[in-house]
Amino acid sequence: MNLQTLSVESANVALQANAWARVRRNWSVRIGGAALALLVIIAVAAPWLGTVDPTLFDAASRDLVPGQAGEITTLDGEIIKHKFLFGSDSFGRDIYSRVMYGTRVSLAVGLLAAMLSLAFGIVSGLSAGYLRWIDGVLMRIMDGLMAIPAILIAIALVAMWRGSLTTVIIAIAIPEIPRVTRLVRSLVLSIREEPYVEAAVALGTPTWKIMFGHILPNTVAPLVVQGTYICAAAILVEAILSFLGVGLPPDIPTWGNIMAEGRPQFNQYPHNIFIPGVFLAITVLAVNILGDGLRDTLDPKMAKRV
Amino acid sequence: MSVLEVRGLTIALPPGGDRREAAANVSFTVDRGEIVCLVGESGSGKSVIAQAIMGLLPATLPVTAGEILLEGEDVARAGAPRLRQLRASRMSMIFQEPMTALNPVMTCGDQIDEVLREHTQLTAAERRGKILDIVREVALPEPERIVASYPHQLSGGQRQRIMIAMALVLEPALLIADEPTTALDVTTQAQILKLIQDLQKRHGTGVLFITHDFGVVADVAHRVAVLRLGKLVELGGKDEVLKRPRHDYTRMLIGAVPTLQPHGRSAEGATEPVLRTVDLCKTYHDRGWFGRRREVNAVQDVSIEIRRGQTLGIVGESGSGKSTVARCIIRLIDPTSGEVRLHGVDIARMSAAELRPLRRRVQIVFQDPYRSLNPRRTVLEAVIEGPLNYGVPRHQAIERARELMELVRMDPGSMSRYPHQFSGGQRQRICIARALAQEPELLIADEAVSALDVSVQAQVLELLEDIRTRLNLAMLFITHDLRVAAQICDHVAVMSQGRIVEYGPAAEVFATPRHEYTRALFEAAPGRDFAFGAA
Repeated sequence: MNLQTLSVESANVALQANAWARVRRNWSVRIGGAALALLVIIAVAAPWLGTVDPTLFDAASRDLVPGQAGEITTLDGEIIKHKFLFGSDSFGRDIYSRVMYGTRVSLAVGLLAAMLSLAFGIVSGLSAGYLRWIDGVLMRIMDGLMAIPAILIAIALVAMWRGSLTTVIIAIAIPEIPRVTRLVRSLVLSIREEPYVEAAVALGTPTWKIMFGHILPNTVAPLVVQGTYICAAAILVEAILSFLGVGLPPDIPTWGNIMAEGRPQFNQYPHNIFIPGVFLAITVLAVNILGDGLRDTLDPKMAKRV
Repeated sequence: MSVLEVRGLTIALPPGGDRREAAANVSFTVDRGEIVCLVGESGSGKSVIAQAIMGLLPATLPVTAGEILLEGEDVARAGAPRLRQLRASRMSMIFQEPMTALNPVMTCGDQIDEVLREHTQLTAAERRGKILDIVREVALPEPERIVASYPHQLSGGQRQRIMIAMALVLEPALLIADEPTTALDVTTQAQILKLIQDLQKRHGTGVLFITHDFGVVADVAHRVAVLRLGKLVELGGKDEVLKRPRHDYTRMLIGAVPTLQPHGRSAEGATEPVLRTVDLCKTYHDRGWFGRRREVNAVQDVSIEIRRGQTLGIVGESGSGKSTVARCIIRLIDPTSGEVRLHGVDIARMSAAELRPLRRRVQIVFQDPYRSLNPRRTVLEAVIEGPLNYGVPRHQAIERARELMELVRMDPGSMSRYPHQFSGGQRQRICIARALAQEPELLIADEAVSALDVSVQAQVLELLEDIRTRLNLAMLFITHDLRVAAQICDHVAVMSQGRIVEYGPAAEVFATPRHEYTRALFEAAPGRDFAFGAA
């Protein structure tokens, strides 16, 4: 009797063996990913999609309805003919161009705010979870931060620093840090008890190597999922800040700014709010669907049900 | 008529697995008042068969052929409402882990009551009487208090008794016991096994007893069915199968069961002790802001000594403090008081920095091979991690890793693979290689073979023994399994409630146990007096 083959036969295949293949097969990931890819293409290719400079305006072309032709003055003072696909606003700016360019701001804010809060959250969460002496102080700070509504912190921070893309991203990222910290900390608290971490201690592995080499890689799956949710939330918060007039300056094309500008005339020209609103909804939905798909495929607890 | 008759049962596995069927053409019967043991290693399909009988299989594992006749009625084709009627009333099941099988937010009495409410028209008072009766019958003390308790307030053995009470309260014809004592301590196991036998005799229940432990089989079985990879390889009376096994696989399994006879190696040696602990203590404080402070003495005054080339076994039940001793020695936790002398140098109170150069001299192999290796690192990275920490150049460490893989009888070419691609036994070999890469003087094996199937266990034990002699290592072997201890240890320390109650050469302790607790442990070892007929 060959004992070695016996034990090989009784081997059970671990979950993450084909995690990547499962991710690609998942329909939520495919749909969310495809929609996001389309939005990224729009953001990158905005100048070539029949748009004009989104800051251009022309008093003669104010409040046009979608599809109407009109004219617009370039910065050189030249007047060109332009078809206003999504209509124009009360300054005579082309809403189509503004929505296309606005994709850039939304995606950049979503992505960068998620990365920023993840980066800080990972460091503080790892420290709180693994270095017990720092835990109490750090987590009380995080609790304090969480007690203030996220939108209030963001408004306060932007008001302090004046609105620019960087300050908006930072202002949105900061309130998300405590949530990431809590998630990472709870993951670390369970992973640090795993025998492979104890084995690393016994092998004389330095603490920082254990934290970043052994523990961190095992928190990646839930963090990726959390990252998508932060991204969706950040896009929404940016739109809210702009809409409230406390985000980026009103001449910068963001979906929130377009909606804010269209608000007084909502009854006559609902497309001013409707069109950027649809783009906002689709983007957030795409990110959330992608996040759901990733959670179903990456989170081992969910994967058992597959 | 048989209580249960399984005929040609075939259960399909989802496509893409290592085999096509979880169970293939399995046939056996269980008669009234009979205990049939279904034995097999992990992955043999024994639990799947039990679930099929109870109608609990997930949709991904369909019954594709055969029938399951419960008192003549085919339950494999019964609908969900009929199955619900049959469960608990005609057939019931007890599980391995009573803590998870019981609902933590319901009292034990309510949980038994639920069974009665669903299946009978009895009044509340009648039900209460019946509950107290059955609780008394499973020999639980103070039935009123037990019935009002929540599962977490009871011990593991008591919880399993509640499960048995729940399963038997409606006097079913068939009881399926799926590894019911695997999670229990050996002395508790002995009591539960006796209880199941008593009740089964009194009520004439047919029992299908699923286990991997041949000691348990020897104690309880009337007939034995041996499963291998979903196929029934041998079926017969207990003596027939255990003493005169016909099939190669059964013979191999039974041959791998360690005996309770200690090996005859001389235990004395004049070498310096590698490790000596002096009055080692570990106390846990339950510190709250308010209220009393509670103290738990996990380990008290443990003094042991291990010499080069020798194996000391620490034997004890769960909660006896044996793993705490190991963790104090390797300084995964800090001892409260006492000394841990490594070659005469006390490391018990050294700072992390002072300890670092000494860390490599003591290494450990843990119980659970599935959690002992970082799932995101290759085997090579795991094995060379230690040497790299101590400044060994990478190419040298890799060279050494290749040698070690050969030493633990693994293919060095497989080092670029990830842990999940290996079986439990192979992973345990990798863990041993990882520990040996540090060239330790003391190797601690903390229940290192307890999670392994018996055939794999025998191989890993043999490997450890071989390594100890070849490298002249000192070994601290922690186990709850007396058979394993008898196989490998030169000296044995028996621990109970944090203290060493008996300590001496293995041959002496096994032949003439002096302490009452040691004797009780030996008494409880399943299949103690049974002569297995390994070929």
